[in-house]
Amino acid sequence: MGAQLRQLRRRIKSVKSTAKITRAQELIASSRIVKAQQRMQAAVPYEREITHAVSAVLSNTTNVDHPLTVAKEQPATAGVLIVTSDRGFAGGYNANILREAEALKGHLTGRGLTVKPYVVGRKGLTWHRFRGREMFGEWDGFSDNPSYADAKEIADALITAFKAEDGIDEIHVVYTGFVSMLTQNVIVKRILPLEVEETETPPEGIPPYYEFEPTAGDVLDSLLPRYIESRIYNALLQSAASEHAARRRAMKSATDNANELIRVFTQQMNQARQAEITQEISEIVGGANALADAAAGKE
Amino acid sequence: MAKLRVGVVSPEREIWTGEADMVIAKTVDGEIGIMPNHAPVLGVLVEGGVLRVKRGDEGDLVAAVHGGFISVADNDVSILAEAAELGSEVDVARAKDALQRAQASIEADQEDADARLQAKRAAARLRAAGEEV
Repeated sequence: MGAQLRQLRRRIKSVKSTAKITRAQELIASSRIVKAQQRMQAAVPYEREITHAVSAVLSNTTNVDHPLTVAKEQPATAGVLIVTSDRGFAGGYNANILREAEALKGHLTGRGLTVKPYVVGRKGLTWHRFRGREMFGEWDGFSDNPSYADAKEIADALITAFKAEDGIDEIHVVYTGFVSMLTQNVIVKRILPLEVEETETPPEGIPPYYEFEPTAGDVLDSLLPRYIESRIYNALLQSAASEHAARRRAMKSATDNANELIRVFTQQMNQARQAEITQEISEIVGGANALADAAAGKE
Repeated sequence: MAKLRVGVVSPEREIWTGEADMVIAKTVDGEIGIMPNHAPVLGVLVEGGVLRVKRGDEGDLVAAVHGGFISVADNDVSILAEAAELGSEVDVARAKDALQRAQASIEADQEDADARLQAKRAAARLRAAGEEV
């Protein structure tokens, strides 16, 4: 067998085993997207209710002077929460996040703020470590399946830093919003000082006048941190769903590429084999002719 | 008579929704009973409280609710709990075990705030399951 033929066979074998791996990864990611979407759906009622409650308190109290809603006159530092994934194999997912985070950093530095990164996900952590950048918060191990306790831990750290004297004056979050299976966008949002977002159109008419137990201030004190936790939990869930969607897409194109390579190599291999056979035949025919000519010359 | 639309939700899932005649919850100020056409209220719930939803013929729904809020407006009652568990879902043996462990650590260290919280939660779960604590 020719050397070229042997080499092609070996390459086809290796590409085939790569394709098997990427295909398996693709299937795993597709099944996990569904689960991640269900978790996003399950979190919707709580988010709706807590947003409703926060806007109820804010519309019932005329002068809100809560530390979490008041912007400092001269902010000096900004915390940026960057949500990346723990594992790679997800195409441009992490690269997009980190690029946006860098753009935000440039923007904030332009406003004269010092940027303090808080990073979620092993990929983001190694990216920062490699560049020798200091991180003020590091979390990993849950990017593909975050729980509320994880969101709470992050929110606690951020709120503590926000309330501290020499802490941070603004908190931004960079994450990947899940629009659909095919579309995920990087979203940059400021979460503190707080701006309450309405998820739906606000109800018509005057909001009802609420009674508070114990007082409006106390309710707000315990409500706002929960609201921030819920926003961060939402960001983590969307990032998880996006991560799986990005991984599925990356693995699908990898599988397609591998199959295309296998097709090309098989063709080349068949050509090489045919060339070898043709050569052998012409050698035999040539040999036979030479023998026949020699025999004819003797007579 | 008008009915209350009740929703018990935690961040990770919707625990129960349905109609009821009366909702009894424990806020930091004390127990509060909500009946239809109640004035709008927003209250902070205690750690390890028991929520009781009266549903007439269907019997009461009892749940252990750990922290969170109750919000009432226009016959809509929402209970936003950080964690909640229906009485029927409570694993009694495990809750008892958790209570004993928490009480043991409280005896060992009176200042153990974490254990106190655990004890409260376990007790609430047992009460929700209909056990005497």
